[in-house]
Amino acid sequence: MSLFLVVALPFLGALLPGLMNTAGRAACAGVTFAVSLAAFVGLLTNLPAVLAGEMVTARIDWIPLLGLNVTLMLDGLGFFFAMLILGIGLLIITYARFYLAREDNMGEFFTYLLLFQGAMVGIVLSDNILLLLVFWELTSLSSFLLIGYWKHLPEGRQGARMALTVTGMGGLAMIGGMLILGNIVGSYDLSVILQNRELIQGSPLYLPALILILLGCFTKSAQFPFHFWLPHAMAAPTPVSAYLHSATMVKAGIFLMARMWPVLSGTPEWFVLVTGAGLITMVLGAVIALFKHDLKALLAFSTVSHLGLITMLLGTGTAFGAMAAVFHIMNHATFKAALFMSAGIIDHETHTRDIRRLGGLRHLMPVTFGIATLAALSMAGIPLLNGFLSKEMMLEEAYHTVLLDSHWLVPGLAVLGSLFSAAYCFRLIGHVFLGPVRDDYPHKPHDPEPGLWLPPAFLVVLVVGIGIAPFLVEPFVKLVTASVLGGTAELPYQHIKIWHGLVPALYMSIAAVVGGLIVVSAFNPLLRLWDAAPRPEAKRIFDAIIGGVVRLSERVIHGVHNGSFTRYAAIMTVAVVAVGYHAWATGTVGPATRVPQVASPVQIAGWAMLVAATLGLVLLHRNRLLSLVLIGIVGLVVSVGFVFFSAPDLAMTQLTVEVVTIILLLLALNFLPNRTPIESTVLRRTRDAVLAVAAGVATMALSYHYLLRDTISPSISEFHLANSYKGGGGTNVVNVILVDFRGFDTYGEIIVLGIAALLIYALTEALLDGPVRARLLNRKPTDPRAGDMHPMMMVVMTRVIMPVVMLVGFYIFLRGHNEPGGGFIAGLVVSIGFVMQYMASGFAWTSARLRYPYHGVIGAGVLTAGLTGIGSWFVGKPFLTSDYTYVRIPPFQEFELATAALFDLGVFLAVVGAVMLSLESFSRLARRAHVPDVEHPMDIDPSRDDPPDPLQPRTEA
Amino acid sequence: MEFLVASAIGVLTAGGIYLVLRLRTFPVIMGVSLLTYAVNVFLFASGRLTVGAPPILSDGAVAYTDPLPQALVLTAIVISFGMTAVVVMIALGAYLGGDDDHVDDDTKAPAAEDAS
Repeated sequence: MSLFLVVALPFLGALLPGLMNTAGRAACAGVTFAVSLAAFVGLLTNLPAVLAGEMVTARIDWIPLLGLNVTLMLDGLGFFFAMLILGIGLLIITYARFYLAREDNMGEFFTYLLLFQGAMVGIVLSDNILLLLVFWELTSLSSFLLIGYWKHLPEGRQGARMALTVTGMGGLAMIGGMLILGNIVGSYDLSVILQNRELIQGSPLYLPALILILLGCFTKSAQFPFHFWLPHAMAAPTPVSAYLHSATMVKAGIFLMARMWPVLSGTPEWFVLVTGAGLITMVLGAVIALFKHDLKALLAFSTVSHLGLITMLLGTGTAFGAMAAVFHIMNHATFKAALFMSAGIIDHETHTRDIRRLGGLRHLMPVTFGIATLAALSMAGIPLLNGFLSKEMMLEEAYHTVLLDSHWLVPGLAVLGSLFSAAYCFRLIGHVFLGPVRDDYPHKPHDPEPGLWLPPAFLVVLVVGIGIAPFLVEPFVKLVTASVLGGTAELPYQHIKIWHGLVPALYMSIAAVVGGLIVVSAFNPLLRLWDAAPRPEAKRIFDAIIGGVVRLSERVIHGVHNGSFTRYAAIMTVAVVAVGYHAWATGTVGPATRVPQVASPVQIAGWAMLVAATLGLVLLHRNRLLSLVLIGIVGLVVSVGFVFFSAPDLAMTQLTVEVVTIILLLLALNFLPNRTPIESTVLRRTRDAVLAVAAGVATMALSYHYLLRDTISPSISEFHLANSYKGGGGTNVVNVILVDFRGFDTYGEIIVLGIAALLIYALTEALLDGPVRARLLNRKPTDPRAGDMHPMMMVVMTRVIMPVVMLVGFYIFLRGHNEPGGGFIAGLVVSIGFVMQYMASGFAWTSARLRYPYHGVIGAGVLTAGLTGIGSWFVGKPFLTSDYTYVRIPPFQEFELATAALFDLGVFLAVVGAVMLSLESFSRLARRAHVPDVEHPMDIDPSRDDPPDPLQPRTEA
Repeated sequence: MEFLVASAIGVLTAGGIYLVLRLRTFPVIMGVSLLTYAVNVFLFASGRLTVGAPPILSDGAVAYTDPLPQALVLTAIVISFGMTAVVVMIALGAYLGGDDDHVDDDTKAPAAEDAS
């Protein structure tokens, strides 16, 4: 199966559990299982190629200019991790099916789980490091959702946030590191990067890149000092802990270190950083784990410790260390997932995870006892179990490792870590299962149904199987190790076997196990000592840091962003004028190349009207109704100006927009106060006036200077003029640009317009649902209402005019391609026709005659335009390529048919829908307020029998 | 004539900025509308001023004005209607919801806001 499918299946499958949610829990889990199984089988079909040592690849160019391509590769290492992710995923899905309670939303859980699974598989199969980063962030996000799955638990939410903060920060650092790495090599493809060891290690940027990438790996894999998030993430449901926090996600960092091993390892920096962090983590995690009373916390810290162990092995930079690391990743995944699932079973059955309240469970839960004990003994490093083998290899490697010129440091710490590791394993067995049966369990335990214990039992079979017959997996381990080494080092010659003879590692191993037994037998005095010792609480430190950062950013933000819009506007004005002045003062102005045109008295009169209206608006703006009249004058002068300066299309658009804008503002004034009170001081008004005049003078100077100069480079307008008729089949160049040359722009613009209208609609709905509704209903109009709300003359006139308006609109639409007009203007004209009906005959009467909702009209418009564009795909042309032809149907003249007209129809519909939906929303507010619905369109209708007295408005409903 | 257009742009800008700096929503909306005119005319003028040469191809014409700014401004006019409508709706919602049509938050007591 193609690698694309292996990665894509979990993502696509993530849609299914949510859909199957209503079909029952079995169906929901079943479909998730089927999806994972399909991906797993798909992966296995690639096994022969991997075993043959081939590199399976798949490639799609995504954004080649950025070097970001969907390239996947599968080698031994990738196969190994993908197998872990998908294989253990199958067990976890089975387990979760029985673990989740009836009230948990299973569809949601499995959706997150599959998203996570897809992201993880993506990481391990990526051949492009940018793509890898995308998947990396996806695992952070999906694990956030999984950890916080029980949204009602505060620990879950806090743990999820902490995990996201820490791993997210690490991810950011890693983006930096990967970009540096890509820059050094000149390619973002892993397969290329891995060939350039000398280039990378010789680069001065090697150290920054290494530190940044390691930050990402250490946060993800919970290495010291970032280990603290993992125990808090244990608030997640146990299947999540078993999956993410033992087998997969926390190994992502380790995976990456292994992946980058050929190019990053082997330097002193790598050795000190990685081995050092690994050693500290291993010892620290093991010690803390021993004293944890929560079963899952114990396992969490033990995971931290084991991840440290693997990190340390990768840090040594030797081939044998890499092989030990690979083998321990495999073993840890088996016994730790089994242990987590056992902890989940105990929690499920006894309703507690507190070790102090447990004990004697071996009699009550023999099956669980068997599973957990074997897994724990393997973790402790007891022979004939797989944990023993890799732990011996670790001790062997540690024995040969020299850190800080000391032959004793690494072996000593390794033994110490193993000693505590053995101790907490023994404590887990002893304090939970052994001892007398108690009578104070929160819930009487017994072994669960097979669905819960079969998955961990399967893993324990592996634990024992590998432990007894390691030669079965040795070829596979060596294959994976070979792909970790990537040809930079020889494969180790040693074999994995139980008996190596009396080597130092054996003595170290014995010391660790015996020491562990001694520690656990002296547990109670040690615990008192531990409880008495002061130690830093990671969560408190983390919360303090986060709190400090929040306070700091609050101070910065509140200092700059104090909620005063006026202030921002003033700052922006000053800044723009200042930058403009700087450019003006430092640049040069070329000589004027155009002769100023002479203005006639009529033009001067028009200019005077505009200036007078603007000044009047500024001076009289407190009277809001008057300011509407004045702004109307400004709009009219601008429209006339457009006609005068050869822009008939613009003039028509401006004129029609003017009408709908004024109606809109009138509708708004219906609710807003009619006057603006005087509030600002004279000083402040003077300041604002100075700012305004400065900005005005600046724009004036700029406009005047460029109006007298030609463009420096030839304009692209000549192309449009030359090709409008030849290529677009229309003589109105402005319209051809809109629907043809720049049709994609226009398409975006009608979508924006539609979204604006929908936003207004949504805001209206929100307002009418909230407390505003009551206020509107109780609102009394401040001004006296007109007695005759729907005058007969107006009603009759608008009805007579309506067909004419439609005809004019149709005409403007049709001629648009060759004469001034087009979809925008026609849409506005037709909207005005509709608005007239609302105004004259009332809202209720008009909406009762409305056949299509305006949302639908907007949608139809956008769809029509979009489908017209897509249509060109069928003839092999790019999106929105237009075509036209001339036809002649007798007895008509020859006329043109253009696909651009269909596109313009879409524009027309979108404009009508958007304008009408906006205005309709405003008047819906008014309807809720104080205007009674009228039964009849006209207040006075001679054809009715009972003409009411116009001076006494009717009072009945 | 160039001076007339340039000064008109300047006057519209100045009036617009002054009104945008007012404290209530309605004058701010008026100011933004004035600024819209100013910007549209400014963009339109980037095609330079030509009298009597509309960009409608015909056999007799010797010159045409620049059609490109016109096409851009045409959509800008329509979009600005949509934008104005949204702003008006927000202003209206704020006024109906809080009985207050100030554009600024109450800057005197930001601490009280944080507590909520």
